[in-house]
Amino acid sequence: MNQMSGKTVIAGVGATAFGKLPGRDIVSLNVEACRKALKDAGVPKDAVDAVFVKVPTSSREFMFGQTVCEALGVQPKIGGAWDQGGAANISLISFAAASILAGQCSVALICYADNPRTGNKQTYQRPRGDDAIYGWFSTAAGYAMIQRRHMIEYGANAAALGEIAVAARRHGAANPYAQLRKPLTMDDYMAGPWVVDPLRRDDCCLVSDGGAAILVMSAEAARTFKVPAPVPILGLGQCQTSWDVQLRPNLTSTVADVSARMAFEMARLRPQDMDVAQIYDCFTITVLMTLEDYRFCRKGEGGRFVADGRIQIGGELPLNTSGGLLSETGTPGLPLVIEGVRQMRGSAKLQVSGAKKCIISNQGGTMHTHSTLILGQ
Amino acid sequence: MTMTTAELTITPVSEPYWTSLRCGRLKFQSCSCGHKWLPPRAECPSCLNTDWQWVEAEGTGKLISWVVYHVAYHASLNDRLPYNVALVELDEGPRLITNILDASDGRGLSGDAPVVLDTGATKACQRSQFRLEHQPANANLT
Repeated sequence: MNQMSGKTVIAGVGATAFGKLPGRDIVSLNVEACRKALKDAGVPKDAVDAVFVKVPTSSREFMFGQTVCEALGVQPKIGGAWDQGGAANISLISFAAASILAGQCSVALICYADNPRTGNKQTYQRPRGDDAIYGWFSTAAGYAMIQRRHMIEYGANAAALGEIAVAARRHGAANPYAQLRKPLTMDDYMAGPWVVDPLRRDDCCLVSDGGAAILVMSAEAARTFKVPAPVPILGLGQCQTSWDVQLRPNLTSTVADVSARMAFEMARLRPQDMDVAQIYDCFTITVLMTLEDYRFCRKGEGGRFVADGRIQIGGELPLNTSGGLLSETGTPGLPLVIEGVRQMRGSAKLQVSGAKKCIISNQGGTMHTHSTLILGQ
Repeated sequence: MTMTTAELTITPVSEPYWTSLRCGRLKFQSCSCGHKWLPPRAECPSCLNTDWQWVEAEGTGKLISWVVYHVAYHASLNDRLPYNVALVELDEGPRLITNILDASDGRGLSGDAPVVLDTGATKACQRSQFRLEHQPANANLT
């Protein structure tokens, strides 16, 4: 696996506006993001021979990958739509990188778009199977169940989760493209209403319309195309819990640790080598547990780790420097990758000075799926 | 906003489970390989074979976790707010989603607390209902 490290790059990134985008359909948002990623890389559309699409969360369509390719006017060698929730974004980068190094394709678009903000939010409020007769509804409740167990095993965590929300909102406030730019104080956080106790309002990510895309190719192809700012892919990892929340023997650890170990081993790096991190923050508990599972700290010590500004810009490990899902956009996964790319290029709005390594996590379902990406320079 | 209603999907495999609950009895599946599980499924998720049978649970277990809803995600739940949804592990091993009676707002609940199936309530509402072991039925909690 190590021979993959640094052999592929993210050559270009693109995103639409985030927030309410009335009148925009999901295919159009995908096309806009792809157009911008190609322009960013300075690569002609005709070079694209692979298109990996993450399925939209709010609507499921048969053969959606082909629908996007038709709108892009591309007949890829490899393509299709992948369903893994938020983890799919980085998983698709893995599949693209492996396919490129296997010689099966050479220039791959990875894209995702959705419009649940102006469209259908039903998926987030859904009945959870037959257990809905107990009142078991919504995406948020699954995370609340995990958060409670974390409190039972490791003690109260509201202050720690508040630190995560406050940091994201501080970073988002500095991002002119962020959907929610209103800063949050710890007092605001604590006073926020319950959504599903123990989840407070500001523990929960945004619901957004928007799209994002990245272009992946070999480092060698990037030189041939004279790509201006290619960012090397150093590490990739994936793993899946699969069991739904109520069936997992352990609620407070996830397979994120397996995914991270795979990525760290491929990159021959350790947690302490990371200068900045973009950690999937659909809910604040996800960040706390991912930091623990990634071994930035020991299990149960996430609260101490995120305290005292460590995860804010200027701190030891700035997290989610464009605001993450809590502040920049609820569009899952790829915007975190794009911010990682900006940090490695040195072009982020809140640039971590001298940052040379960035780790990015994506996850999906209720911590069902996980994927990890390490970028370098 | 459209909301999907909470409707059971009863299949030939799960039908005995729901029928038992209507009689106040909670059953789980037990395989010849030793694995025991819920929710109902056709194949044992451990050995993948179909050599399993329904076994009635003792009705004792422990509270793994719980949440309290302060927002109704379905119109039919408005009158229940606030209400709890709990994750219980039966002493035999299987885990299930349920409610803890007389603790609608979660007060009095604690991690790993012993819980028992309330057969009367289970029969009355045709879904499993538990209560804290040390809390008598219909205790007036405020």
